[in-house]
Amino acid sequence: MTLPGNPAPRSMPPRGLLPTRRNDTLFQVVCFSAAMVLMAALFGLILSLAWGGWPAFERFGIGFLFSSEWNPVTDEYGAAGPIVGTLVTAFLSLLLALPLAVGVAIFLVEFCPQRIAHWLAIAVELLAGIPSIVYGMWGLFVLAPWFADHIQLPLLMSVEPGSWLDTLFSGVPNGANIFTASLILAIMILPYMATVFRELLISVPPQMREAAYGIGCTSFEVVGSIMLPYIRRSAVGAVMLGLGRALGETMAVTFIIGNSHGFPKSLFASGSTIASTIANEFTEATGDLHIAALIALGFVLFLITFASIAGARLLLGAERYR
Amino acid sequence: MTFDISQADQPAMIIDPPHDRILDVKGLDFFYGKTQALFGVDLPVARDKITALIGPSGCGKSTLLRCLNRIYDLYPGQHAEGQILFHGEDVLGTRRAPGGLRDKVQLAVESAPPIDPVEAEGVLRVGGDLARLRARVGMVFQRPTPFPMSIYDNIAFGVKLHRRVSKSQMDEIVEDSLTRAALWDEVKDKLHQSGLGLSGGQQQRLCVARGIAVEPEVLLLDEPASALDPLSTAKLESALVELKDSFSIVIVTHNLQQAARISDYTAFMLLGRLIEFRPSTDAFVAPETEAMRDYVTGRFG
Repeated sequence: MTLPGNPAPRSMPPRGLLPTRRNDTLFQVVCFSAAMVLMAALFGLILSLAWGGWPAFERFGIGFLFSSEWNPVTDEYGAAGPIVGTLVTAFLSLLLALPLAVGVAIFLVEFCPQRIAHWLAIAVELLAGIPSIVYGMWGLFVLAPWFADHIQLPLLMSVEPGSWLDTLFSGVPNGANIFTASLILAIMILPYMATVFRELLISVPPQMREAAYGIGCTSFEVVGSIMLPYIRRSAVGAVMLGLGRALGETMAVTFIIGNSHGFPKSLFASGSTIASTIANEFTEATGDLHIAALIALGFVLFLITFASIAGARLLLGAERYR
Repeated sequence: MTFDISQADQPAMIIDPPHDRILDVKGLDFFYGKTQALFGVDLPVARDKITALIGPSGCGKSTLLRCLNRIYDLYPGQHAEGQILFHGEDVLGTRRAPGGLRDKVQLAVESAPPIDPVEAEGVLRVGGDLARLRARVGMVFQRPTPFPMSIYDNIAFGVKLHRRVSKSQMDEIVEDSLTRAALWDEVKDKLHQSGLGLSGGQQQRLCVARGIAVEPEVLLLDEPASALDPLSTAKLESALVELKDSFSIVIVTHNLQQAARISDYTAFMLLGRLIEFRPSTDAFVAPETEAMRDYVTGRFG
């Protein structure tokens, strides 16, 4: 086979040399196709989500995003509850997991003796390997009852009725709520973030550490003032990785968030996320509009994830050109 | 020619050592794990002079330098034996900064006797810890290592670790140290831009400025010019010569002309041993030992 602009090899290549172009063209075509398959899958997914969810968008318009009325009986669907639930749980879990992840990573890199660090790193990876359904089960059977008895009830008892704290902590004391869901999510994203942070800290050039210690820094000053600022750009990536996982996590959250539609009323109130709503209702959805609304939810989740990634890129870009 | 290893077994040839010593290394052995890298090194470091360490790659010059402020401590498994006297105190017995788990573990293993802190004017922190030792024995590395912050903050950061100074005092310190490192004119209009935006030579002079802003008594330089072009090297060298009025400088260099140009004393090392130490004026003209003669005339290494 010959391509235009690629002259056919001479019948006799120069002595001792193989023809230069061998299979390079084939190699390029294979790589190109691989890239194209990926793009096709991505756009196919977006299109089918938009297509499937269209009836819901058409019926409820922009109100689909802002109404918190979700009622399969009357065929009224508004996504505000799950959207807010998704954002709040993801944000809370980041807030809980970030300091822990950074702390674990710093300990492993800077203070922990090598041999112990090795085992700790394995333990962190094991934590990442636990299937989410197991987290969900543990959350429902162990964490939720314990949380209800030892934290939620005492808190509810001790705050003044009617105060803003009362509002914050109100809710059915069964432990299945927005906060415990965030807690489970935090435990789930912790190992990913800790692993990435650890690798980032290891990537700080040893000369940088030596230079900092060399002018008389203590460990805390080296880590806080030199190493963390040095990795801050890539660290955004680690946070986004965690956020992406928290946004889309389904099973564990479905187990423990309580699955009530509508706006979450307090920190300890039950709620729902987009993923948990879809998981809960898809098998039982009978009406066409119900199915369309669930697909539309999926589309919204995709947009949120996309926006968080795009936001991170934007942040990184701004940082790079400063 | 190849070097005959028996030459290294001779005792070090030390000629006209300085009397006024700020650092005095005595019988220093150094180990990377089980591998010994320094063998009974003696090195007098003269106060307010420049001492150059020369020798072929792998001879232990940098290792010796890294002992003087115990920067090797960052790596578990490396340890030194012998004595390094600084104001009469043994640097090798300096207590580690409290707090680090690794430090505590090692301290328990070594059970080094705590040494009384060396007092210095204006230093706020108490305790003869390593951070404090490194504030007094500063170091500039082979590759420029500006911190990820502005030029101004690169210098202010180190100062703030050890002293409380007002904003105007800090401005003065920054200008003064940049001037002494021969960098002020080039950066005075962009003090608040990132230090990473400077050229390699400027970055290295920034690191020198950062080092002297802390006002150490000794400044250790590990091949500071090896990554620089000739013009930057010349600027750095002239800055160093200016600096020796107020600092004792130890410099590791592969550049013999550089050693001859700027140093007052020269130490020649080979295979982890100090072979010859003498005033630089005649070190390059009439070395005593055959090994050093071969090295400075370029016959090996």
